[in-house]
Amino acid sequence: MANKNSEAFKQPLWVNNPVLVQILGICSALAVTAQLKPAIVMGLSVTVIVAMSNVIISLLRNTIPNRIRIIIQLVVVAALVTIVSEILKAFAYDVSVQLSVYVGLIITNCILMGRLEAFAMQNGPWASFLDGIGNGLGYAAILVVVAFVRELFGSGTLFGFQVIPQACYEAGYLNNGLMIMPPMALILAGCIIWYHRAKNKDLQEN
Amino acid sequence: MATKKFRCKVCGYVHEGDKAPEKCPMCQAPQSEFEEIVEAGAEAAAPAKKGLNTNSNVYTIVYAAVMVIIVAFLLVFVSQTLKERQTANVINDTKQQILSALNLRDQADVAATYDKVITADALMQPNGKLAEYEGEFNTSYKSEFDNGNFHVFVADIDGERKFVIPMNGLGLWGIIWGYIALNEDRNTVYGVYFSHSSETPGLGGEIAGTKFQDRFPGKLVVNGEEVGLKVVKYGKADKGSQFEVDGVTGATITSTGVNTMINKVLSAYIPFLTKQCCKEGGCEEGADECCDENSND
Repeated sequence: MANKNSEAFKQPLWVNNPVLVQILGICSALAVTAQLKPAIVMGLSVTVIVAMSNVIISLLRNTIPNRIRIIIQLVVVAALVTIVSEILKAFAYDVSVQLSVYVGLIITNCILMGRLEAFAMQNGPWASFLDGIGNGLGYAAILVVVAFVRELFGSGTLFGFQVIPQACYEAGYLNNGLMIMPPMALILAGCIIWYHRAKNKDLQEN
Repeated sequence: MATKKFRCKVCGYVHEGDKAPEKCPMCQAPQSEFEEIVEAGAEAAAPAKKGLNTNSNVYTIVYAAVMVIIVAFLLVFVSQTLKERQTANVINDTKQQILSALNLRDQADVAATYDKVITADALMQPNGKLAEYEGEFNTSYKSEFDNGNFHVFVADIDGERKFVIPMNGLGLWGIIWGYIALNEDRNTVYGVYFSHSSETPGLGGEIAGTKFQDRFPGKLVVNGEEVGLKVVKYGKADKGSQFEVDGVTGATITSTGVNTMINKVLSAYIPFLTKQCCKEGGCEEGADECCDENSND
């Protein structure tokens, strides 16, 4: 059992990563990865929310009527996100201003519904909690990698601080405008998936 | 009653008994085409144990209703208990934004600095005069603008008077807003502050950054009887122009939104900006300050 729990946590970090293998959460990955800071904020918020909603759904799983289970899951997620955002507004206003754009994106993030439906409906609270943390972190990791590349080559900065020295610009170096555009997130995610498939041969399709 | 059920895979006939019949009485399929129905037994047993059928209509409706009521109460409770703190935060944040337009960013004690710097929260009259605003401190200047309440904040920075005007408009994805601070001549930009609800980070979101906002100070607002201040496409601003400001690279729609917002809002303030009250007479010869009689303190 302990082994199964640790698998629930470790699998989504790399081998069964929600973004790379299940191709979930791509839409929000496009929106927030132009810079590192929002990517990290988004990754952590999704981690917290997936873990919490996984636990709640897992506790309710035996009582949920089968026919309206998706709606129930959605209600739980939406309520949770709203409450967290209200609490942040009262006690950590700066964070809530940072998050403002992403709160809506968290609710509609496919990873949430995917994990609730695929894992929390069948497993106990503790395993679901670990699964949520694992999937959230797996998602966050991809966001950070994509955002790192996009911010570095798109704006020449990291966390808003200038990294590429001024001398390079004077020598004719230009920021890559395509990097800041949303499609670049898809291309980068595609490159990571390529590498991931090359390393995990059993995932390859013919 | 340990009867098992077998279903014919060909026609769906269900046979009850200890084992599958040799031939299907309906379609004559052989015994091998029969499969045992196992879930039926388990499914019937589970609800009986809990005494509830989670698939019945009544259960579903009651479950949904209870769920909605619980969530609704929870949300109302959270919202009510936290409202006071949230409002305080919003007021504080609005004050910080006004101060940011006056280039006083990231103040440690916003309320104290605000009280020190802002000497009046005034309303512009149709003739351009300022009259003291009597109501509570406002946080939504969009509705105030739509209601015809044209706010002007009078500030005192090192003995010089500045005017701060709140602005509202639309960006690419959602609303944008800002504050523009003018010098005492009501024409030269002293500082600006912009923010947005949902512009793309790194593109339209850059209007909230100082890199864009630092392009404004020193520009002029009024050109004759019209608003001359313009945000143009990045790189298209005439270097010698006192009115044109470069937009944000790759965020043309958001930049246009900022331009529209400045134009729309400041056009409404033209009587104030051009000191219309002075031109209409009613003040003594050479008295440049006649428009300010209601706001001096």
